[in-house]
Amino acid sequence: MSLWVDKYRPKELSKLDYHLEQAGHLKKLVEGGDFPHLLVYGPPGAGKKTRIMCLLRELYGSGVERLRIEHQNFQTPSKKKLEIITLASNYHVEVNPSDVGIYDTVVVQELIKTLASVHQLDTTGQREFKVVILTEVDKLTKDAQHALRRTMEKYIATCRLILCTNSTSKVIPAIRSRCLGVRVPAPSVEQVAQVLQCSVCKKEGLNLPPELATRMAEASNRNLRRALLLCEATKVQQYPFSKQQELVMPDWEVYLRETAAKIVEEQSPKRLLEVRERIYELLTHCIPSEAIFKGLLQELVKNCDGELKCEVTSLAAFHEHRLNLGSKPIFHIEAFVAAFMALYKKFLEESMADMF
Amino acid sequence: MHAFLKTGKLGAGAGGPSSGEGSKKAAVKKALVPWVEKYRPKTVEEVAYQEEVVAVLRKTLEGADLPNLLFYGPPGTGKTSTILAAARQLFGDMFRQRVLELNASDSTTVSSTRPDGRPCPSFKIVILDEADSMTRPAQAALRRTMEVQSRSTRFCLVCNYVTRIIEPLTSRCSKFRFRPLAQDVLEDRLTTICRSEGVKFEEGVVAAVVETSGGDLRRAITSLQSSARLRGGDVVRVSDVLDVTGVVPDELITHLLDACSANSYEGVKERLSVLLAEGHAASQVMSQLHDVVLANPHLSDLSKAAICEKLAVCEHRLLGGGDEFLQLLDLSCTAMQHLGRGA
Ligand SMILES: Nc1ncnc2c1ncn2[C@@H]1O[C@H](COP(=O)(O)OP(=O)(O)O)[C@@H](O)[C@H]1O
Ligand SMILES: [Mg+2]
Repeated sequence: MSLWVDKYRPKELSKLDYHLEQAGHLKKLVEGGDFPHLLVYGPPGAGKKTRIMCLLRELYGSGVERLRIEHQNFQTPSKKKLEIITLASNYHVEVNPSDVGIYDTVVVQELIKTLASVHQLDTTGQREFKVVILTEVDKLTKDAQHALRRTMEKYIATCRLILCTNSTSKVIPAIRSRCLGVRVPAPSVEQVAQVLQCSVCKKEGLNLPPELATRMAEASNRNLRRALLLCEATKVQQYPFSKQQELVMPDWEVYLRETAAKIVEEQSPKRLLEVRERIYELLTHCIPSEAIFKGLLQELVKNCDGELKCEVTSLAAFHEHRLNLGSKPIFHIEAFVAAFMALYKKFLEESMADMF
Repeated sequence: MHAFLKTGKLGAGAGGPSSGEGSKKAAVKKALVPWVEKYRPKTVEEVAYQEEVVAVLRKTLEGADLPNLLFYGPPGTGKTSTILAAARQLFGDMFRQRVLELNASDSTTVSSTRPDGRPCPSFKIVILDEADSMTRPAQAALRRTMEVQSRSTRFCLVCNYVTRIIEPLTSRCSKFRFRPLAQDVLEDRLTTICRSEGVKFEEGVVAAVVETSGGDLRRAITSLQSSARLRGGDVVRVSDVLDVTGVVPDELITHLLDACSANSYEGVKERLSVLLAEGHAASQVMSQLHDVVLANPHLSDLSKAAICEKLAVCEHRLLGGGDEFLQLLDLSCTAMQHLGRGA
């Protein structure tokens, strides 16, 4: 039994639930049988991947849904062997080049070259080109992005790229200039609620009260994937649904909130050690470090007044950036916590002094 | 390198049958060529706005010797097109045998770049596109190759960032900087393309494309074709162009600044979440904030300077992998401290 997230993924452009105008545009785009390289961007859980697969289906028919997992081998110029997992159909290949870290250049180049040099065997009624989907393009090294520039132009006759990313900020201008940008905004709260109710619960034969659907949509920050997971988890906990039912929030969010409360409660080296343990716990459970930073910040500023809020934000931004340059997340999160403690303690003492 | 040699051979060997087939198909499916390729200048004369290099190449076409060349400049200013056009004009049908077009990023180590030079004698021009992604050792190796082959071969290095090319190489080449194209040149090109493609557009579309392209003609043409394609033959609207180019709607930026002026941290946070949920890129937001802040008459010069300094810091952190939301929030806090104070 598959999760609802996969089970109810629309398969055709015409079946998409929201951003209908854009779906129409995409349809027009492939109607000519051709399209430029695409750069699809939008926040997580906005439905980028779904839209891309619908587009491919529009182009090649249902054959693109017959996927196979392949282990491809590459060799770097320094003779280091690389293995990467790709997801492919007869018409396209999907790969996340950042899986191989700094060797992504090799993967990107070789993959496109092999694909582009093999013409479609049976071209009757088929497209002239294959499609390469590269995910998490913002994580590509600068070298790999540079390497893409001319490759994209050179092989355009036999190969189209669909680049998928959360934000275009880290995509170099030379690549942006070669792609058609397709922005996929997150669905609105109403749209998420609508999907939960009509496209999923109805088909499951469940009755989801509109109030609860809206609360789920709000709690998941317009992230449809999270909303669906939340909805499914909530159903497991209690069905039939009731309006006031408690939502099953992910454990780690609760844990993080408690951690923030501990930081505000006491500022001492001993407490810092305790907090460190808890952060370790989160990191070992693969919670992304930026989520930890954002979660902490959100809770911590609740206890600060105007000017202090800005200072704390600035600390978070500073340390989070540092973290990305280093290799041990725990150091930087801990540094942020320590800096906050110092700042907050000073603030408390000063406001105490003012009172007397 | 193996890959290159293979593809190089394949390209030449299998060139006959596949190109024949290609042209047959091309007749049927003309529409498949993107406009950027279709309207790539075919002769040096057609290259707009880069008079300096055109003058040098014109001399070469008239029989003068060609120096080694180094083209550098931002994307979409005609670097690749210029050298390809010149080579085509110089060699005509011999193009395939006399010109080797290398994508320097094909080969990133010494061992693979050296052999790149080896077939040099048989070629007249070696184009090293994207030379800035060659490693330093590879560049050093090229230095030697350039000297050894200097009698029979001219090199043309093409790159975005000249600072990434080692000095000994740059000093062996005549350097040409490709400037971002001027507005009227862009407008001119785009209108020509619109006319020959029969694109219908409402007033201001061309201006909007030019505005958002920042002198990058490739980007301008891509946006134009994309908006035209998305509309599928209907009249192209300015809003389509803005959507395709990823510009953040002005009111979202204004809302953000309003929240800053109102000194509301929560408000700012809310607006930023909306911006990011809508899928706008933080870098784009920053660049538009920059323009708006500079034009704001209520801010003192000192405040503007402070905000811009923070902007630079946040942009740097963003490119260094910082989180979009945190960096924007930090920046907005600074803006708030300056804008909110006046209120
Ligand atoms: N100076 C120019 N004159 C005419 N067309 C240009 C010029 N610059 C760019 N273009 C257009 O932009 C496209 C990309 O140009 P290209 O030479 O590949 O840019 P780059 O400088 O990035 O190598 C070309 O196909 C051409 O249509
Ligand atoms: Mg180029």
